[in-house]
Formats: sequence, structure tokens, C-alpha cells
Amino acid sequence: MDFGTLIDAALSSALGPQAIVFALAAIGLNVHFGYTGLLNFGQAGFMAVGAFGLAVSVTTWDLPFWVGIAIALLATVVLAIILGVPTLRLRADYLAIATIATSEILRLIFGSVEAKETFGGSNGLTGFSTTYKDLNPYNSGLDLGVVSFSRNDLWSITVGWSLVAISCLIVWSLMRSPWGRVLRSIREDEDAVRSLGKNVFAYKMQALILGGVFGGIAGIFHVLKQASAVPTDFNTTFTFYAYAALLVGGAARVLGPVVGSILFWFIIAGLGSFFSQATSGTDPLIPASIMTDTQASLVRFIVLGLGLMLLMIFRPQGIFGDRREIAIDGR
Amino acid sequence: MAADVSAARAALAGVPNEPGASKPDPIVKGDNIVRTFGGLKAVDVEHLEIQRGVITALIGPNGAGKTTLFNLLTGFDEPDSGDWAFNGKKLSNVPAYKVARLGMVRTFQLTKVLSKLTVIENMRLGATGQRGEKFWSAAFKSLWSAQEDANTVRADDLLARFKLDAKREDFAGSLSGGQRKLLEMARALMVDPELIMLDEPMAGVNPALKQSLLEHVKSLRDEGRTVLFVEHDMDMVRDISDWVIVMAQGQIVAEGTPQAVMADQAVIDAYLGAHHDTDISEIDVEELETEAEAELAAQSKETPTHD
Repeated sequence: MDFGTLIDAALSSALGPQAIVFALAAIGLNVHFGYTGLLNFGQAGFMAVGAFGLAVSVTTWDLPFWVGIAIALLATVVLAIILGVPTLRLRADYLAIATIATSEILRLIFGSVEAKETFGGSNGLTGFSTTYKDLNPYNSGLDLGVVSFSRNDLWSITVGWSLVAISCLIVWSLMRSPWGRVLRSIREDEDAVRSLGKNVFAYKMQALILGGVFGGIAGIFHVLKQASAVPTDFNTTFTFYAYAALLVGGAARVLGPVVGSILFWFIIAGLGSFFSQATSGTDPLIPASIMTDTQASLVRFIVLGLGLMLLMIFRPQGIFGDRREIAIDGR
Repeated sequence: MAADVSAARAALAGVPNEPGASKPDPIVKGDNIVRTFGGLKAVDVEHLEIQRGVITALIGPNGAGKTTLFNLLTGFDEPDSGDWAFNGKKLSNVPAYKVARLGMVRTFQLTKVLSKLTVIENMRLGATGQRGEKFWSAAFKSLWSAQEDANTVRADDLLARFKLDAKREDFAGSLSGGQRKLLEMARALMVDPELIMLDEPMAGVNPALKQSLLEHVKSLRDEGRTVLFVEHDMDMVRDISDWVIVMAQGQIVAEGTPQAVMADQAVIDAYLGAHHDTDISEIDVEELETEAEAELAAQSKETPTHD
């Protein structure tokens, strides 16, 4: 067992671009679900729209990079409005169904053969990240001993964590304001808020747009860090990993989604490395009669699921949550 | 202010005690309000007027349509037909939040406090016209902090008045049922309403707290607000209301001063029961049974049997 490799794998996932994507997506979900109580199960859809908004603008339409970014963000706003108008007047569960359906529809459209000219089919699009790469000021990668990052990853980490920091700052400054108070009140009881003269629909729409834009940023960052936009990346698992990260860290806490996704990826990559090492080689730690190396990559999800269950049982508020808030459930 | 109240009451003295009577200075005026749920006509109000500056009670048996009428008037439900006006402004198809902004604020039968917000946050939410509630100015504290401070002062005054100041920093979800009623009423006052509509303010409140709630409701009138409340507690209706409207099966069946309404035979039959004025422990069960039997015997004589 090589613990150096294990720690390197765990840390480079937890601090690297992968965790950043989920942190950004989970920050958006925190605005939706944590603060406003909107059950958005289609964050992957917002990410896909952001990602393909950029990729299509730059690669297919030959527009400048920054115009592409603007189009991508605008596209997520439009998606939020299209989704919100029919569904935000309904009960929360309808939004969940509509969003998960929308994200699947979007993924299938982006990957469809008919739209191959525009979206690149199942192979997706490449060649839109030149400007992003050219901005890289680093000359070489970074080796910290326990963990090392390549030159590209180092640039992505710089950009990514800056985006996370800015997003957290925005969420913090909004949620301490009376505007944030209205959102939290809507989560508790819509009718009470309405009876006090607040336009609940407008607030829900603003929250959906804000969280959707964070999701869009996550999608843009995801395709920039890997220099390709592939439709299959944006499946529903993406959304649910982001939810897991949010709940681990603690919903309705500014840093909850960030710490949650760092921890989520630390554990998932650490476990992955552990099981793959434990089952490989001529004399594996875990004999092949118990587990083969192909099974090992799946076992980490079983262990992770078990861990999530234990967390929900013994610390339902997540790491940052307030136990007192969970204790109050009677209305 | 006190003079206003007696003037408003005096004005009611000339109003005939009949359903749909017109009042000298109505704050709410409605016509032909109908709401059906499937085949059931939950509300079917021909004409309704609520006098400004007094306490009006809305009573009636369960399922009479009182709460539905509340929901319709405040925009929480849409009627099949009918129109009504608040201060002369037509309110058909006006959404609930706009109704509240106009100065017509309601509370709920099942109290709706925001459990995971503190008591003071619940109160601050009630303030209207907050700059900090607009998305683009929310992120900049300097734009709204002065207004927030002013609202907090007002909220603290109200909390002190409703004796909730000790609970200021507690989660609203940790309050008792009675305290929630108080908080809901105090929060509604943050909107500074002209007409406050209380849906069963006494339900589930202990007798001691009931007494102080009564005083609070009276104080609302004394500071110049109009109060409309739904209640089953007849002591409260008798004690504090200036006018009583009785609903049964969706319609207004009687109206008048509390004394007049409680003496009305139709109201006694439909809602109060013949012994509404006696303490339940003092009622002679045997006597009641003989009465009931006599009544049944009389009925069977009237309706011929078919066998």
C-alpha cells in the first residue's frame, strides 16, 4: 500500500478542478434548495446550458471567447425563466420533476445526431478554450510533495477557487440582507410571506436565476478545465453528487457546499485509490476471491453511500448546519 | 382616537340588524361573491359591508365558509364570481401580496410562523417597502442598514407590547401555540394594516393568555384599525365585538350587534344551541334528555311514517 499515492489522489481531487466544479454547482443548489427551498433536480441542465452556450458560440459560431461567456450566462438566465414561469407557481415537487426532465431533455438534444452540426453530437465540441489557456501565467506545474498539479491544473485551480470565493462572497452578502430573509421565509412558509405583502413568485424566480447562473458557471468551468464539452458529462448523477456535497457540508450555510464538495471528492478519490491498490498486484491486500480490481472501482460508491447514510442519521444538519434548526420541524 | 371608536360605534347603532345591511362608512364592500368546490357552494354572499374602525366578528358553524370568505377577500383564493372593494378599490383578480400592501392583512387559522427564523427576523420580514429586499441593492448593506435599524426599533416596540421581547432571539418554531398567535398578530402589525383579519385568534390558547389576547385585539381597534375576526369562542365575540356577522352554509344568515345576534332565534338554532349561555356543568342532563325526546316526538308527529 502506497499511502503517498493515496493522499496525492485524494488531495488532487479534493483541491483540484473536479471539486471546484461541484462546489460551484452546489453553491447554486444552496441558493435554490438550502435558502429558498426550491427542489431543483436539474442543476446538470443549467451546467450543460452554460457549457454548450460557450462551446457553441466559440466553436460553431466563431464568436470571440468573452462573447461566448456572456452568451453562456445569458442562456442559463433564459433557462431559469423558461423553467420558472410555468412551475414556480406550483408546489415544490412539480419543480423537481420539471427540472430533472428538462436537464435530461437538454442532454439528449446536445448529444443528438440531428443537431450534430451545432452541438457536435455525442463527441461534443472542442477548440473553444484557446483564450482560456493563453491566459495561463504559470510556466510550470506545482509540486508540493504530498500533492502535485500540472501547469494546466494549476491555472484552473487559480481561476476556479477564485470563482468559488467570489460566489461565496455574493451569496454571503445577499443572504444576510432582507432579500435573503425573504428567501428563507419562503422556504418556511410561502403563504405567510404572501400575507405580508411580498411577491413570492418574483423572489422565487430571482433565486432560481441566481442559483442557475452559479450552475452555469460550474458548467463553463467544467468544460474549460478539460477543454471539451461532452453531453454525457451532464447526466443526472452530476446533480445528485452536487446535492450530496451540499448536504455533507450543510445546506443554507455559505461555506457548506464548498467544504462539502472538498470532503466528498477527498473521500471518493481516496477510497478509489485505496481499493484499486488493495486489489492490484500479484499479492493483493484483498484477495481476488473477495473482490477483483474491476469491482473495486464500484465498491467506493457503496462505502460512500453508507457514509452518507450515517451522516444523515447522526448529523442530519451536515458539517456546518445548526442542530437547533433541524430539531424544529413542527409547523 | 378613542373618540373615533365611539363615533364609529354610534354610527352602527342606526344600522338595521339584518343580513347584508349597509353601513354608514364601510371599509370593505362586496357583492355576489360565490365560490364553489365541485357541487358545494362554499361561499354565496349576496352583499357584505364591514364598518370602518370597529371590531366585526364573523361566526358560524364549521364549514359555513368563513375561512373561504377570508381567503377570497385577501386574494388567497379566487371566486367563481362576484366583486368586492377595499377602500373603494376593486380587488377582484388582485394577487394576495398586493392586497396586503393595500393595507388588508390577514392571519391564519393554523398559525404560520417561520419556524427556522428567529422571532425578531419574523418581525422584520413584516415591514413593507424595504430597500434591502430588492435584489440589486441587497448586496450593499449601506443602502439598507438605516432602514433595517428603524424597522428593528419598531419590531422591538411591538414585541414588548405583545410580551414577546424575552423570546426575541429564539427560533419562532420553539414558541408555544399561544405565543405563535401573538407573534403572528405582531408580525401582521409590522405591515401597518388598516384592516386586520384574524382567523380564529383564540383557537388553542389558554384562558389566561386569552384574556391578554382580547386586550390586544381591542387595542388594535383603539389605535384606529378595523378588525375582522373569525371565532368560535362566544365569550370573545360577546366581549369585544361591535358587530357580528353570522354565516351558515356559505350565506350570511344574520347580522347585528352581539346582543341582538345572540338573541336571534335563527342563530341559536343554527349555531349557538339553546343552552349556549349556560355553563355546561350546570346543565341538567335529564332535563335535556326529556327536552330532546319531546322534540323528537313532536317531529315524528309532524312527519307521517311510511310503513
